[in-house]
Amino acid sequence: MDLTYTDEEREFRARLRDWLGKTLPELPAKPSPDDWPGRRAYDAGWQRRLYDAGYAGLHWPVDAGGRGATPTQHLIFLEETERAGAPYVGANFVGLLHAGPTIAAEGTAAQRARWLPPVLRGDEVWCQGFSEPEAGSDLAALRTRAVRDGDDYVITGSKIWTSHAEVADWCELLVRTEPVSEAVPKHRGISWLAMPMDAPGVTVRPLRTLAGSAEFAQVFLDEVRVPVANRVGEENDGWRVTMVTLSFERGTAFVGEVVACRRTLGGLARAAKANGRWDDPVLRRRLGRLYGEFGALWRLTQWNVSEAQASGGVPGVGGSVFKLAYSHARQELYDAAAQVLGADSLALDGEWMLDRLSSLSYTIAAGTSQIQRNIVAERILGLPKGR
Amino acid sequence: MRAVDFRLTQEQGDLRAGVRDLLAGRYGREALRASVEAGGALDRGLWRELGAAGFFALRLPEAAGGVGLGMPEAVLVFEEAGRALLPGPLVATHLAAGVVAGAAEGAAVVTAFDLGGALVTHLGEADAVLGAPSLPAGEPVPSADPLTPLHRVASPPAAAQAAAYRDEGALLTAALQVGSALRTVELAVRHGGEREQFGQPIGAFQAVKHLCAQMLVRAEVARTALYAAAVTADAGEAAGAKLLADEAAVRNARDCLQVHGGMGFTWEADVHLHLKRAWVRAEQWRRAEEAQELLAAELASAAT
Ligand SMILES: Cc1cc2nc3c(=O)[nH]c(=O)nc-3n(C[C@H](O)[C@H](O)[C@H](O)COP(=O)(O)OP(=O)(O)OC[C@H]3O[C@@H](n4cnc5c(N)ncnc54)[C@H](O)[C@@H]3O)c2cc1C
Repeated sequence: MDLTYTDEEREFRARLRDWLGKTLPELPAKPSPDDWPGRRAYDAGWQRRLYDAGYAGLHWPVDAGGRGATPTQHLIFLEETERAGAPYVGANFVGLLHAGPTIAAEGTAAQRARWLPPVLRGDEVWCQGFSEPEAGSDLAALRTRAVRDGDDYVITGSKIWTSHAEVADWCELLVRTEPVSEAVPKHRGISWLAMPMDAPGVTVRPLRTLAGSAEFAQVFLDEVRVPVANRVGEENDGWRVTMVTLSFERGTAFVGEVVACRRTLGGLARAAKANGRWDDPVLRRRLGRLYGEFGALWRLTQWNVSEAQASGGVPGVGGSVFKLAYSHARQELYDAAAQVLGADSLALDGEWMLDRLSSLSYTIAAGTSQIQRNIVAERILGLPKGR
Repeated sequence: MRAVDFRLTQEQGDLRAGVRDLLAGRYGREALRASVEAGGALDRGLWRELGAAGFFALRLPEAAGGVGLGMPEAVLVFEEAGRALLPGPLVATHLAAGVVAGAAEGAAVVTAFDLGGALVTHLGEADAVLGAPSLPAGEPVPSADPLTPLHRVASPPAAAQAAAYRDEGALLTAALQVGSALRTVELAVRHGGEREQFGQPIGAFQAVKHLCAQMLVRAEVARTALYAAAVTADAGEAAGAKLLADEAAVRNARDCLQVHGGMGFTWEADVHLHLKRAWVRAEQWRRAEEAQELLAAELASAAT
């Protein structure tokens, strides 16, 4: 156990802090949540600045265009950018956190050369086409069909809850290349494809979330032709390729947010002091407890990272323990916020209610809490599978 | 120099394994049940063996006859004691090493006014009370925890007496709680895999599985907070660790009881011993409200 930083890490932090101090004031104004082209341009602009300063793909391997930084440096990066109030990955989420790492781990040299540099530069945006109307938690039940025709797959089906589909250039698409049969269980027969979103036959229908804006969409695929060369991994091996992506999602995607939650709590304490509710011991203790819990969650991310550092790569199932605790704590945070603000939390001119609403997705997206508990119980604790 | 790293060093891993072996050999299930039947009376021989193994003198400097290790090692050792439900005023005696004669070697049993009121644990067998000039008189009172005899003293001292030891006392108690919380996960998982109903192990039912998964989440979050606080010696982190560890130990014992069904409600099963001891420890050194207030004060000062 050693929670001190090396000289090199301290220096890395100082340089980054310096750069953030100079760069953030130069950023343009944030676009409104409904202005998708504006949001994309804003997120791309930020990514480009990171790229030019040498911070893009920090922890990606060097042969994938990354900087080969240690997980601890990556953690410092997330901590510092969050602390400084830098923009989120936003529309670059899938490219940087799902599709990119998957291509880096499983793609050919040509595929990496084609797709990774534009992600790092912020030039191309990806979305994730996994879930389907009939395949949510039971993702392997997906039905979207891909039939081989010469050098192409011809794809028909539909995807749902596809975040950022409206502005994406590429979709990491899971398709069925082999129908389920007695010989082929549902986990086999799936392939992972990179689909251009402007291909003929792709229709995007935005879906409004409970927060009022269109954060995700349904994507209809009608005989869309995708070159076989766009397949990452072997044909019918897409499930394994996908699991690589999902473990990235649970392992590291929320690290910066934990720091953000501690900042949010600070804001809540200030608001409570200003409106007098801080004097209510029940509420004050509730906030104190949350402060302790987010402190522990921050330490847990460090722990997971040091484990990953030791095992040299892909985050493990420990991410499920973290996601269960974190998603619950985040919802509790915004419930406490509503208690601090009282009726004022109902006005949509502040950010609180929108954040409270978005917190509701945390126990659903990226594997529901029930599914995470199944994973913890069966894969960590070794409890038997039910019939 | 190493990077931020939660993994145990070789020595820390060996230390933990050594204590686990010692306790398995010297304080296994039979010894545990014998203590229960003896109303929590201490085995002074075992107390001396613990002393000889360095349990109490662990953090005393080598020059003072101690082992010269730090808080990170101490929490690992106390975690093991918590798993094994080892009885006695372990924390108070450990804190008394180098202060009260005989504590470091396990020759003396030292308790403390760590319950914040008139009740004192193990007073009947204590040679000293931490921070108190003399041994106070007290009347025995029946105790909810069969492994923690209680006395009520006539005039409890001002709270200040144990205050100097409070942060460390709370952290070491948190370590006992984390050990218990991890142990009840194991007990629940073992029972879930063995007991069959409706033609399958009950652990295959999702309702049972999900209880067990949440138990692990609680225990792991608390353990993380504990190790971090042991390394940083930060008062806020220590308060957070005690708070989360108390919750994990109490709630895990409750869920473990539920998973055991009727068996969990018996005297014979060990589950109630974990639950009752967790209740005692939750009252020791720093209660939930106090930890929350301390954290709230930190939050407020960080936010201005
Ligand atoms: C904000 C948001 C963004 C998203 N973005 C994307 C995206 O970009 N790309 C993408 O592909 N998907 C995305 N998703 C989809 C997400 O992955 C799914 O919603 C999720 O996997 C759950 O699937 P479902 O909605 O079909 O719910 P269901 O699977 O129908 O689940 C409904 C309820 O049943 C429970 N349940 C289901 N199976 C079990 C089981 N075996 N045991 C116990 N309980 C069970 C669930 O826990 C849940 O409570 C997004 C979702 C949200 C909310």
